[in-house]
Order: sequence, then structure tokens, then C-alpha cells
Amino acid sequence: MATKPVFSELDTDNTSFLGILGVLGAFIAAAAISFFYVEHHGHYVTGMNNQVVWGMPHVFAIFLIVAASGAANIGSLGTVFNKKIYQPLGRLSLIVAVSLLLGGLAVLVLDLGHADRLIIAMTYYNFKSIFAWNILLYNGFLVIMGIYLWSMMDRRKMAKAAYKPAGYVGFVWRFILTTGTGSIFGFLVARQYYDAAILAPLFIAASYVFGTAVFTLVLIALYKLTNRELGNEIQNRLRYTLAIFIALVLFFEIVRHVSNLYATEHHGVEAYILTGGDKITWLFWLGQVILGSLLPLLLIWLPSLKNNQLALLSAAGLAIFGGISQLYVIIVGGQLYPLVLFPNAEVESSYYDGSSTSYSASLPEFALGLGGVALSLALVVVAVKALRLLPETLADAAVADE
Amino acid sequence: MSEQKQANLIDRYRRRFLGGLTAAAAVTLAPGLILREVQAKPDDQPISDKVRWGMLIDTNKLSDGGDGMIAACKKEHGWGNDPHSSPEQQSQWVRKVTFKDKLTKHETSLPVMCQHCDTAPCVDVCPTGASFKRDDGIVLVDKHICIGCRYCMMACPYKARSFVHEHLENQKPQSPRGIGTVESCNMCVHRVDKGEQSACIEAAPQAAVFGDLNDPESAISKALAKYGAQQIRADLGLNTGVRYWGI
Repeated sequence: MATKPVFSELDTDNTSFLGILGVLGAFIAAAAISFFYVEHHGHYVTGMNNQVVWGMPHVFAIFLIVAASGAANIGSLGTVFNKKIYQPLGRLSLIVAVSLLLGGLAVLVLDLGHADRLIIAMTYYNFKSIFAWNILLYNGFLVIMGIYLWSMMDRRKMAKAAYKPAGYVGFVWRFILTTGTGSIFGFLVARQYYDAAILAPLFIAASYVFGTAVFTLVLIALYKLTNRELGNEIQNRLRYTLAIFIALVLFFEIVRHVSNLYATEHHGVEAYILTGGDKITWLFWLGQVILGSLLPLLLIWLPSLKNNQLALLSAAGLAIFGGISQLYVIIVGGQLYPLVLFPNAEVESSYYDGSSTSYSASLPEFALGLGGVALSLALVVVAVKALRLLPETLADAAVADE
Repeated sequence: MSEQKQANLIDRYRRRFLGGLTAAAAVTLAPGLILREVQAKPDDQPISDKVRWGMLIDTNKLSDGGDGMIAACKKEHGWGNDPHSSPEQQSQWVRKVTFKDKLTKHETSLPVMCQHCDTAPCVDVCPTGASFKRDDGIVLVDKHICIGCRYCMMACPYKARSFVHEHLENQKPQSPRGIGTVESCNMCVHRVDKGEQSACIEAAPQAAVFGDLNDPESAISKALAKYGAQQIRADLGLNTGVRYWGI
């Protein structure tokens, strides 16, 4: 029989709390130094160029933004789908979502050629641009998640009344937001590897994988840190959620690649990604498919690994690695393959037409991306220290029995 | 007396020589002058959508494949030698592309720059509206509100846009280039507004025509109406302002 969850702040000693913040702070500081370094010199100190214009920072930024939407799914499952077992996790779910989004946006903004002109991005809107829409979608997400969280935490009647509507709005908003993020690529008619509406649902499915994986790692880490009990019931739910969406992403990827392989005009880019692109090909097959999808599925579904926390942790970690690989293949791989100006012809120029280029991320790009991850985690840690977000126990006996 | 006669003869010869020279110069320059149907726009008047500037490039008559046009563009706008940028990072407002048909092995070279699309993808995707199309069809970047997100570079089917990767000094006054912003061929808008034509067109008068695509009487419109022309990636339906013969 489930009991009403009691929430309390992070009750760890100050040494571990400050220690964690210190480590995360070091990453954030490295990202700040990287930003000023690139800002001072210009982007020539990065690996990005006029052929590959979006690089490692964008891989991290888009991972965090997409994961944000997925992390809020745990909240939606409790509110919209009325799954009682997830309801105690709602608060943490929203905080993780908001933190991931802020971390991702920070990376995205700090990589701009003119990060100092952020106010322009907020005041000049071209409403035909999906990018401009995304700025509104991201800001809206933060506001809605804030109201949603308030409706969960405040005991007043007004908050209780807002709980369901906020949950529904948040649920729909998440779909639109991830569709918008996927459409950043789906709307690029010129590039062979993009220009496909399927990228939007692919990103939605991927958001569940990234978000569930990150949430799982954060949850287990916080409960270990505070010595609170985390039962198998909750962990198994997360385990199967992760597995279902990994399978769904694989399904969308198969459909995308098979339909590309059917169309002659896409044979070139498919051959490049699937067989000929060196690092990209390895990242696709080994990173995304084998280590990032098949191995986690195995870890989750092997009967002998049931209730095995290490297997779940490994599956979540691998799913994150797979997600980063997937985004790298899409974002960087899609740019490495040349634009097709003249089909049925061998093309060459002084500007790399007709041949694939190369890209290697520089240290500042890595540092900026990892800084975004660290910022997200630091925000979560501070939030759980300051607010009553974590149930005191998630033992099997305490969580709802459906 | 004979000396006087001699002097008159020399003068007459000089006059004829100079006259001939003027005529020769007129003949040489005439095509450029005739093709230059650009009217200077008074500064206090807005850009009109009655005109749509365009270019027609005959690749068969470009013996150098466009090298001369590219050199003229570089000279006019000062891109291509940014000291710290790698070759992949250099700006390239216009480049020579050579393509060989896989079956026929026929080889063609042409200069590829911003195609000044009617429905430009770079304009559609720009979040701030920095990438915009003037009423007269010239596609430009407003360097003051470009935030350097490079989405336009992702969207351009022609790889016509470049991102400035470093601080620049001694820039051309008519063509300021800024770190962290995106740039591309602007059809020499500073010249067009003065009633002149683009630098690349002047460099290849035998092969390139500049003019108003909306004016049925312009040389470019007449040539297009009579012989047609090709667009690069016409399948995208972008209705480009730059058209080619021989591709």
C-alpha cells in the first residue's frame, strides 16, 4: 500500500555537497575560459569552419535541449497518464528538465559568433524561422515547467487546481518543442542528410531516451548520495521506458535510412554515412547502434540482469553515449558530406565542392559542451539542496502499487 | 613654309590618331556601357520592388572559368586572405566550380556565388531577420543584427555564405566585414545603388550581363527571353537571380 510521499531537501553533509559543486564548478570554469578564449580570438581557434559550421558545441547543446524534453516525461507520466508510481518523481523530473534546457541553451548561446547580441535574438524575430520559434518554445518551456512545479509543490487550492492543466500544457509543449528542435534539421532542404520530416518524430523518440537515461543516472546518484532507499519497482519502470524508446529510435532510424536508400539521389550520402565516412561510420555503427542501442537493450532485457542496478546504470550511460554519437552523426556527418550542386557529375573546386571535408573538435569546443552538462548538473544539485524535491524513500513498499 | 606644312601634317596626324583612339576606346567600352542599364538611385529614395537585379553568365565565353570575375570580387571586397583562418575557414564569396558529367565527360567551369534567390532559404531560416532580401532582389546580411548562429549557412544550397572567423583590419570602406558575422556576395550593392554594375560583371563583359530582370526591354531580359538559361539546383524552385548559359 502506497503512502503519501514526504519530500525533503538534500540531507547530505556539506563536504560532499560542496565537493560535487567544486568538481562541476571546475568544468563550468573551463567552459567560461573557453568561451572568452574563442570570443577574444574568433572562431578560427575552433575546429569549426565554413564547411562544418556547427560542431561539438551544437552536439552537446542539442543533446541537452532534447534530453530536457524527455526528462519532463516522468512528470507527464504521473500527471497526464495518472501513473501513481511516477508521481513522487515529478518534482525532480521537472527540475532536471529545466536544468538540462538551461545548460543546453547556455552552450548554444555561448557558441554564437556574437553572443553579446543575445538581446537582439530576443527582440528581433523572423517568424518564418524555426530558430526564432524555438527561442519562444524554449522560454515558454521554462515558464510552463516553473508553473507546473509550483502546482506540484504549493499546498494552496489554486496550485492544486493548476496541477492538471499545467501538466497537460507541459506535455503538449514538450512535443512541440522537440518537433521544433528536430525541424531545425528537417527544414534544411539543401542538405542531403536532412530535409526529412521524419527527423521531428525521431527527435521526439530520442528525447525520451536521452531524458530517461539522464534522469535515471541523476536519480540513482542522488539516492546513493543521501542513503535513501530506491526500490526495484521504480528502477524497473525506468529501465523499460528506456528500452522501449531505444527500440523506437532504432525503428525511426531504420525507416529513415531505408527510405533514403530507396531514393537514388540519397545513395551518395547514405554510402558516406553507412560505409565510407571513417569516424562518422564508426560512430554510427559502433557508437549509436551497437554500444548505444543494442548493448543497452541487452542489459535491460537479459533475464539474469533483472533488478541489477549496475546493469541499469550501464544501460543509461551507454544510451547517453549512443545519443551523443547519433547527434554527432546527424549534425557533423550531415555537413561533412558535400552539397550536391550538379547531380550526375564529378564536382571539384577550391572550396571543397564534391568532396567530403573533415572536422575535429578543438579543446575549447569540448570544454564548452562539457561545461553545459556540468551547469545542468550543478543546477540540479543546488535545487535539490534548497527545495523539497526528493521523496524521503522510494522503497518498493512506499511507492504506489498499481 | 615647308616647316609650317610639316607641323600641320603632324597635327592632323595626331588629331586622327587621337580620334581613332577615342573611337577604339568607345568600341571597346561600348558593350559595357550599353549593358549598364543601371540607374543611380537617389539616397533619399527607398529601394523599389519594380526592379529585380540579376546576372546572366555565359560559361562558354568564360575562357578562365571565372577566375577573372573571382579576382575582381576579391579586390572589390577584400576577402580570402584572413591571416589566421585555415583554408576551410577562409571566406569565399565566389568560387570556381568545375564539374564533369559522369557519362559524357563534358567538363564545365563556372563561378558560383550567392544566387540571390527569390525565396531564399537563408532569409527564411534567419532567426533575427539579419539575412534579408531587398525589394530589388539583392540578398544581404545586416551585419548589425547578425548574431552569428550560422543557420543560414546550413540552409544555403549553394554554400555561398561564409562566417568571419577572426578580427579583421584594413577593410574596404565599401565592404565592411565583421568577426562573428556571416557574409556573402551582395551583388556589389554599393555600386548598384550608384548606378554602376557589379565588379565581377565588369571583369568579364564578354561573358556576363547585369540588369533588371523585371524590365522586358533590358538586355538581360531579352537574352533570357530569347535563349532561356539554367539555374543551379532549379529543382529547389528558388527562382534564382543568377542564371547561367552552358551548364
